Amino acid sequence: MYPSRFRYEAPHSLDEAIALLRDGGDYAKVLAGGQSLVPLMKLRFASPELIVDINNLPGLGYHRADPDGTLRIGALCRHADLERSALLQATQPTMAGAAPLIADPIVRNRGTLVGSLCHADPQGDWASVMLALGGSVVAAGPGGRRTIPMADFVTGPFQNVLEPDEIAVEAVIPAAKGARSGGYLKLERRVGDFATVGVAVAMETSGETVTRAGIALTGVGGSTVAAAEAAGALVGGPLTAERIERAADLAAGAARPRTDHRGSAEYKRHIVRTFVVRILGRVDGTAERAA
Amino acid sequence: MTIVYDDRGDEVASEVPVRRIRFTINGERKVAEVEPRLLLSHLIRRGLGLTGTHMGCDTTNCGACTVLVDGRAVKSCTMLAVQADGHEISTVEGLATASELHPLQEGFSDEHGLQCGFCTPGMMMAAKALLDSNPDPTEEEVRWALSGNLCRCTGYQNIVKSVLWAADKLRSQS
Repeated sequence: MYPSRFRYEAPHSLDEAIALLRDGGDYAKVLAGGQSLVPLMKLRFASPELIVDINNLPGLGYHRADPDGTLRIGALCRHADLERSALLQATQPTMAGAAPLIADPIVRNRGTLVGSLCHADPQGDWASVMLALGGSVVAAGPGGRRTIPMADFVTGPFQNVLEPDEIAVEAVIPAAKGARSGGYLKLERRVGDFATVGVAVAMETSGETVTRAGIALTGVGGSTVAAAEAAGALVGGPLTAERIERAADLAAGAARPRTDHRGSAEYKRHIVRTFVVRILGRVDGTAERAA
Repeated sequence: MTIVYDDRGDEVASEVPVRRIRFTINGERKVAEVEPRLLLSHLIRRGLGLTGTHMGCDTTNCGACTVLVDGRAVKSCTMLAVQADGHEISTVEGLATASELHPLQEGFSDEHGLQCGFCTPGMMMAAKALLDSNPDPTEEEVRWALSGNLCRCTGYQNIVKSVLWAADKLRSQS
């Protein structure tokens, strides 16, 4: 298989890339890691007329924390960079949990977090992580930069709010106001498959009190599911077994799974509940419990 | 270097955009003129005649086409050849010297790490990337590193043993 014919440009500056996209209009696509776009082009699900390869743009491969703790991930930061990141291991349990579970190790060498957010696959793992953490995407266009909350970024399957002449240059995770905890668990039939179920939990605690929580679900709805009510059940007090059970029930209730070759709807809902309990069980130091 | 494209009738030959790229493959510097849509795997197999890199699934699943780009394992069916411009590629043909097999190749032979052999080049290149960065991996780390490569024959047991064998040998050599 090979893609249909396209014009290829690999600019060396962001301004140049934006100008090229402006010319290309609706028929241009940005190429970063290419681990979703190239397969789509080979299958001819996507046939862009212009490919703007951003791999030569300088200074986009970073992930770093600002002095206040805000985490910034550049558009060319690969999944593998995040998987090996000591910074994430130390400060971002939800992200550190998800990074090794994205696709397979070879795909992770090229694929990027920002690219996978833009690709907006309803089964994508990073979208859940970003939603749970209250993250956002920074887009650069002819008029400058704007920051788009993750909750507003995806408008439907494989659709995002970017204008044709905008490039997503950075993903941002806001600084935690308290101690950060959480995790990401994914059930997959084999390495590299899409999630049968994925659950992202991100929590901030001040003393014993949970001050902020986010829960988002992968693979159990037509899009990433933000389980806001479930997260809300965790906030405002200490993390007790009752609160965990309540959050797990609400998360399972928020899931809209469909029966398919990966499992029955009932099974998937059960896994959502189990994963919420498992992640939070690890957090509060109690032994793993079966749901 | 010439690459012959399929004549699809609907595409006028004079409209084929061609770009000149420079790259290194197995230590040799090359210049090629490629159509942007040419995949790296096709450049390697058809353009350079290095057919040790296998095309298995062509859908980014199986890992048979794994090569190293600047030392990192990459599925060559999922990268454009034009993107190799300025980069270093290593394929399975670059492992052995004229007189000696690479320890990974010896390991796959000694430990019966292959049956049909189709996945083997990809397995060895993924293993090479692992051993270059981690010369003393655990069995678990080998399994993790090879989890993007599919084998339909062996059940993976002997592949893992082969890589551990090679790791031992490489460490004893250094």
